[in-house]
Amino acid sequence: MIRSLGHSTLTIVFELGEISTFGWGAIRGFFGQRKRLSKLTQAIHETGLRCFPIVATVGLFTGLVMGLQLYYTLVKFGAESALGAAVSLSLIRELGPVLTALMIVGQSGSAMASELGIQRNDEQIDALQTMSVDPLGFLVGPRLVASLVCFPILTAIFDLIGIFGGYLSGSVLLNVDSGVYWNRVYETVAWADVQGGYIKAAIFGVITMTICAYRGYNTHRKASYPGVRGVSESSTRAVVWSSVSVLVADYLITSFLI
Amino acid sequence: MDSFLKIRGLKKHFAQNYVLDGVDLDVSAGSVTTIIGKSGIGKSVLLKCIANLLDADAGTIELNNELISRTVNVTQGSGADFSYMFQNNALFDSLTAFDNIALPLREASNLSEAEVRERTNNMLSNLELSDSAKNFPGELSGGMKKRVALGRALITEPRIVLFDEPTTGLDPERKFSVFEMIADYRKRFDFTALLVSHDIPEVFEISDQVAWLDGGKIKFFGSPRELNLDTNSALSEFLNKANYGRSNSLINGTVK
Repeated sequence: MIRSLGHSTLTIVFELGEISTFGWGAIRGFFGQRKRLSKLTQAIHETGLRCFPIVATVGLFTGLVMGLQLYYTLVKFGAESALGAAVSLSLIRELGPVLTALMIVGQSGSAMASELGIQRNDEQIDALQTMSVDPLGFLVGPRLVASLVCFPILTAIFDLIGIFGGYLSGSVLLNVDSGVYWNRVYETVAWADVQGGYIKAAIFGVITMTICAYRGYNTHRKASYPGVRGVSESSTRAVVWSSVSVLVADYLITSFLI
Repeated sequence: MDSFLKIRGLKKHFAQNYVLDGVDLDVSAGSVTTIIGKSGIGKSVLLKCIANLLDADAGTIELNNELISRTVNVTQGSGADFSYMFQNNALFDSLTAFDNIALPLREASNLSEAEVRERTNNMLSNLELSDSAKNFPGELSGGMKKRVALGRALITEPRIVLFDEPTTGLDPERKFSVFEMIADYRKRFDFTALLVSHDIPEVFEISDQVAWLDGGKIKFFGSPRELNLDTNSALSEFLNKANYGRSNSLINGTVK
């Protein structure tokens, strides 16, 4: 049992090391590429625009639900005027970065893992190597750098729409004074809260996109099956690992930020 | 023979199995050399070791008496050492035929965009693909995809092109035209070709040399005519199974 535990620990440490080396190699490779701005713009367009509708929709409904739930909790203590503060702080500090990251992983991360897996199976990655093009820098680098931009921006959009959703359910439906709601949001939210949310978002971005890219890129080594089943397994594992890593990283970062 | 590509004692194993167990091979400049052998015997592994897509366990590969460690080195004014044409073409689905061919120049050379466009347009014209320049691989026929892949392999003016089963999945007529295309472009672009093929005896029509890989080693190396005269029983058995009659007239090399 101890041997098995030791083996599992070593495997995890080795895997974490490989993922870190992979991510660093991709970011370093990106800065060795030509036409970096154009590649980065395209990656931001693909990740950002593709994820905007889902992030906006989930943000709105999260805010609506939070408005309802928190109203009925706060009203028991006669503190419904604190609704704006409760909704905005929960979203900006925790739910915004976490849910946005999970949405982007589901939408863009899984697509990236599948795309890279197919490119691996189709020998397109080998083809880049034979052309003296760094496949990591060319295929993965722009997406990792783009995640540093997209995750915080999409998180900000999620937060804003979520706070507006809280206003809709709290003030428009349940008659909390709108002036009180917005005043509490304005008074309670400090720059440190916003900054902490963005730091989380950027870290989640790099972690999740690196894991997704790593799984797809190494489909031939990591999947239990070759071909299409391997790609399917890689994208599934990419989403699962990334989602779990978001929650683990959230706890660790929050511990440091608080 | 003056070797352009010289391979000595190349070894590669997977698990406990030595797929390549001391391969020696000499390829002369400007020639077409075809590697034949049973499926799974290591022909593609050999090509991938030459192209540095796989790390060999032991042995040396020399190009023009220089030990090689990287696949290609594209710089302005000089061509790449190696190019590789993959079995399934390995074209990028999201790029047009033009962009696929231009990719190695755009990403790994110091040429200006105007020069890249000029060279790519010339290549498209040479390959009779000018009308399909804006088409994506999914919109091209099997033969056209092969030509795009060949164009991408040749655009860097490589000294050696490695062809990994270039006719896989093509009907007999198209196979013949792909071999003609390789022979034709080899003359026009003056590269050395190293092929892996199962198309026996058709591939012998364009081959100057044939190498038979068996048991991890090159067990026959010579011209198609010498192949005809060889008395190795295992080679005879392999050729017979490959529907190759020793008296086949195709080995006269008249097409070349």
